[in-house]
Amino acid sequence: MCEVTATFAAPTTLADVLAAMAAGARPVAGGTDLVVGARQGKKPLPPSLVAIHQLDELRAITLTTTGLRIGALVSHEQILADATIRATYPALADASAIVGSHATRAHGTLGGNVMTASPAMDTGSPLLCFGAIAILQSSSGTRSVPMDELWTGPGRTVAEPHELLVAIDLPALAPGTSSCYVRLEYRRQMEIAIVGTGAQVTIVDGVITDARVAMTAVSATIRRIAAAEQALVGTSGDRAAADAAGAAVSEACAPISDVRGSETYRRAMVGVIARRAIQSAVTRATGGTVPIPASPALHGAS
Amino acid sequence: MKNETSLTVNGMTYPVAIDSHATLLRAVRDDIGLTGTKEGCDDSECGACMMLIDGKPVNSCSYLAMQAVGRSLTTVEGLASGDDLAPLQQAFLTAGGVQCGFCTPGMLISATALLAANPHPTEEEVRIGLSGNLCRCTGYDGIVKAVLQVSSK
Repeated sequence: MCEVTATFAAPTTLADVLAAMAAGARPVAGGTDLVVGARQGKKPLPPSLVAIHQLDELRAITLTTTGLRIGALVSHEQILADATIRATYPALADASAIVGSHATRAHGTLGGNVMTASPAMDTGSPLLCFGAIAILQSSSGTRSVPMDELWTGPGRTVAEPHELLVAIDLPALAPGTSSCYVRLEYRRQMEIAIVGTGAQVTIVDGVITDARVAMTAVSATIRRIAAAEQALVGTSGDRAAADAAGAAVSEACAPISDVRGSETYRRAMVGVIARRAIQSAVTRATGGTVPIPASPALHGAS
Repeated sequence: MKNETSLTVNGMTYPVAIDSHATLLRAVRDDIGLTGTKEGCDDSECGACMMLIDGKPVNSCSYLAMQAVGRSLTTVEGLASGDDLAPLQQAFLTAGGVQCGFCTPGMLISATALLAANPHPTEEEVRIGLSGNLCRCTGYDGIVKAVLQVSSK
């Protein structure tokens, strides 16, 4: 850490934050990944920091004409408590409910989770399934980036260094649509997904008309799996269809072996986790109840 | 270059000169001298460094001290009133929730936050509420009993 030259600012307006970023400062929100990442040697702390935690304008969850806008500083705790997200976008609540610990969820933000761009981050698969849009802003303008174009590799995004993620837009969903996010975990808090899957289905008259399946922690970036989605469309979303989709996820994944799981184990488990996420999304889309977060309940915990 | 500023801990405002990269844990322990909060893993895994910032739990080992400027911090030293232990601290003693004591400050802070958000948790909710805090001595049973003792009052 270059503590001799480091500088820090905590502006109260977005314009001042963007000006600081244009001058080379890098943003910190909840800091829950940034400081840990620096200590672990992943990425040193930037010499010039601009803290954005005082920008209350980025802390709102707002219904818009096209869906729901979630400000980049909305915390996981806020997401978990939001009635619209729990009812309409439950996979995101499933994910935010299991990020880190109570402490992480109180300070960690959706924007930070997205821009850290970890292939194991929990909110990524749900956002991909929704077809979410990232809103990037700099002192020279604003642009929208579809979530499936945002991540380019572990820790990397298409955002320019001076661009700040200010919001995530979730599109309105068709009637009969619901979702679920499930991960394999060894510990109830401070856990990182061994593997995970987000699933969203639209069911009309008992038949899946649209399906989204995204996988977590089993490839360089979180991504949707077309073959798994095709295995579901036109079916009722029963066990056989969910198994077929799960097999397609196992087939498509490219996991690494590390201390948390071998490549073989991850490949085998992601199919099981995908099936559980899909079946829970189907249950929710057809009026049934799956607790939030879905993961511990589906894994047999109380 | 250090930032000349102040931090407010347990209702007292302390002038401090802190590096932009310094963590809240280092500032409170080394600059202010309140050493009740412990450094365990220094990696947000163990919870020994837990403090409250504006009433919410934070892993102070992984939080920039400068982001705490202008906010209200609570450490384990702030739980008792003079020589009178907080009910939670007393319950840790009577229920056998302390063995080596290293995790205790973090456990007390997490339990304080839990009870503030949920004054009457179930045993399961207590276990989940404290699962960001590791203890290698007690097996957790005395700690959970202590929290339940307070919440049932």
